[in-house]
Amino acid sequence: MSVLRVKGLRKRYGGRDVLAGVDLTLDSGEVVCLIGASGSGKSTILRCLDLLEPVDDGTVWLGALDITDPRVDADEVRRQIGLVFQAYNLFPHLSVLDNVTLAPRRVHGQRRRPARAAAMALLDRFGLADKAMSYPDSLSGGQQQRVALVRAVATRPRLLMLDEVTSALDPELVTEVLTMVAELREASMTMLIATHELSFARDVADRVCFLHDGVVHEQGPARELLDAPRQRRTQEFLRRFRDR
Amino acid sequence: MATAATWHRSVDQRERDRYRRRRSARRGIVALASTVVVLGLLGWGVAQAPGWPSVQQAYFDPEQARLALPEVAGGFVFNIKLFLAAEAAILVVALVVALVRVVPAPALAPIRLLAVVYTDVFRGTPTILVIFLVGFGFPALGLQGVPTDLFWLGLIALTLSYGAYVAEVVRAGIMSVHPSQALSARALGLSYAQSMRRVVLPQGLRRVMPPLLNDFVSLQKDTALVAVIGVVEALRAAQVRSSADFNFTPYVVAAAFFIAVTVPFARFADWLALRQLRREQGLAVG
Repeated sequence: MSVLRVKGLRKRYGGRDVLAGVDLTLDSGEVVCLIGASGSGKSTILRCLDLLEPVDDGTVWLGALDITDPRVDADEVRRQIGLVFQAYNLFPHLSVLDNVTLAPRRVHGQRRRPARAAAMALLDRFGLADKAMSYPDSLSGGQQQRVALVRAVATRPRLLMLDEVTSALDPELVTEVLTMVAELREASMTMLIATHELSFARDVADRVCFLHDGVVHEQGPARELLDAPRQRRTQEFLRRFRDR
Repeated sequence: MATAATWHRSVDQRERDRYRRRRSARRGIVALASTVVVLGLLGWGVAQAPGWPSVQQAYFDPEQARLALPEVAGGFVFNIKLFLAAEAAILVVALVVALVRVVPAPALAPIRLLAVVYTDVFRGTPTILVIFLVGFGFPALGLQGVPTDLFWLGLIALTLSYGAYVAEVVRAGIMSVHPSQALSARALGLSYAQSMRRVVLPQGLRRVMPPLLNDFVSLQKDTALVAVIGVVEALRAAQVRSSADFNFTPYVVAAAFFIAVTVPFARFADWLALRQLRREQGLAVG
C-alpha cells in the first residue's frame, strides 16, 4: 500500500516551471532519496507535499486521501507528515524538551506527563537526554538537527520528509545526523529525503530519484542508479559531483 | 596530563596577571578621581552662581518639602493606581490591535482598516489633547453608561493614546520573528492560531520587551497629564501646595516620587533583557 502517490505535480515560480509534472510513489517503510542540482526543485517538492506551498497542478494522495483538494484540512494533513528543515528551525524560546513536546501536547492532545516521558525516551534513544533542559542556541549544529529530527518523529508521522538536513553542518557533524536517519530507517520509518550526500543515499535509500528540468528524470534502486545510471544527464550530474 | 590541582602558573603568566591587577587598580583610581572632580566642579559651579541662594530656597527648601510630602504622596497614590490600570488595559488593546493588523483572516478586513486608522490618529495626536478631548468631551455626550469619574476618563484617554504606540511596538515584534519559525510550527501541524500563540508571539514579545518597558516608564510619567482635567494627583497636589507659599520645592518632591518609581523599573528592564540573553544564548554576559 503506498503511503504517498504524486502525479503530474507542477509548481511555477516567477515564470519558471520549477516542477513540470513530477510523478512519485512511496510505499510504506520505503526510503526514497531525491537528488539533483541546486534549484532542481527538491525542496519545492517537499514543501508542496506538506501543503506549505500551493500546488499549481497535479494530484497528491496521502494514503487514500487526495490532499490537493482545497477542501482538505491542511493542518490535519501536516499532522500526518513530519518535515525537517535544512536550518533546523528549532524554537529558540523553548527548551529542547518543550520543542519536542509542543506538537504532541497542543496538536495531538497528549497530557503533559506522558508527552514528556515519551519525548525523554526519544531524546535518550538518540543520545540527547542530557540536553533536554538546554536551549537550542547553546547546542551544536549537529545536536540541533538531531533535536529537530526527534521533534518531527515525536508526532509519529506516517511519512517523514528531510530537506537537506546536513547541508548547514560542519563535515564532522554530518555523521551523527546521518547515523540517526539510518536508525530511523531500521525502525521502518517511511522517508522522503532531499539530499546532496550521495554516499549516504547509496547506504540508506531503497530508491533514488534524479530530478532534472522539473521532472523525475531517472529513478531506480539506489546502487543501480548511482553506480550505473542510464540517462546521459544523470551520468553528467554524478560525474560533476564526484569531481568535487 | 596536568589537572587543575597540579597546575602552577608559569613565570610569564604570573607576570601577566600581576600587570593586569596593577592596571585594573590604576583604572579604578582614575575613574574615582575623575568622578569626584567632575561632580565637585559641577556642584561648585552651581553653588557659585549668583542666583544660587534664592534658587536653593525656592526649589530645595527642607521645610517646604516636609510640608508638601503628605499631600504629594497622597496624590501620587492616584498616579500609581492609574498607571497600573492603564498598563493592563493598554497591553490588551495593543495586543488586539497588533493581531488584527497582522492576521490575514478575510472576515477581519473592516476591523483591520479601523485598526490602521486608530493607530494613525492616536499616534499623531498629543496625549494631552486626547486627555482634554476625552475628559471634557465624553461627559458632555451625556450618554448613559459613559463614565464621568475622572479616574475612568483618565484611564480611557491614556489607553487610547498609548494603546496606539504599544500596538505598533507589538506588531514590530511579531514581524521580526523569521517566517521560518511560523513555517516549522505549521509543519508540525499547529494551526495558525496555535503557531501565533505558542511560537511567534512569545518570541516577538520578548524581543520588544525593552521598548515596551520604555513606553511604560513614559506612561508612568504621563499619568501626571491628567492633572489638566482637574484630578488631584501628585503634580496637581504639588501645584496647589506650591501656590500657597510661592515656593517650588513641592514640584521637586513630586519629581522625586516619579524618579523613585521609574529608576527601579528601568533596572528591572535591563535585568530582564540580560536574563533572556543568558538563558537563550548560553552567554556569560557580565
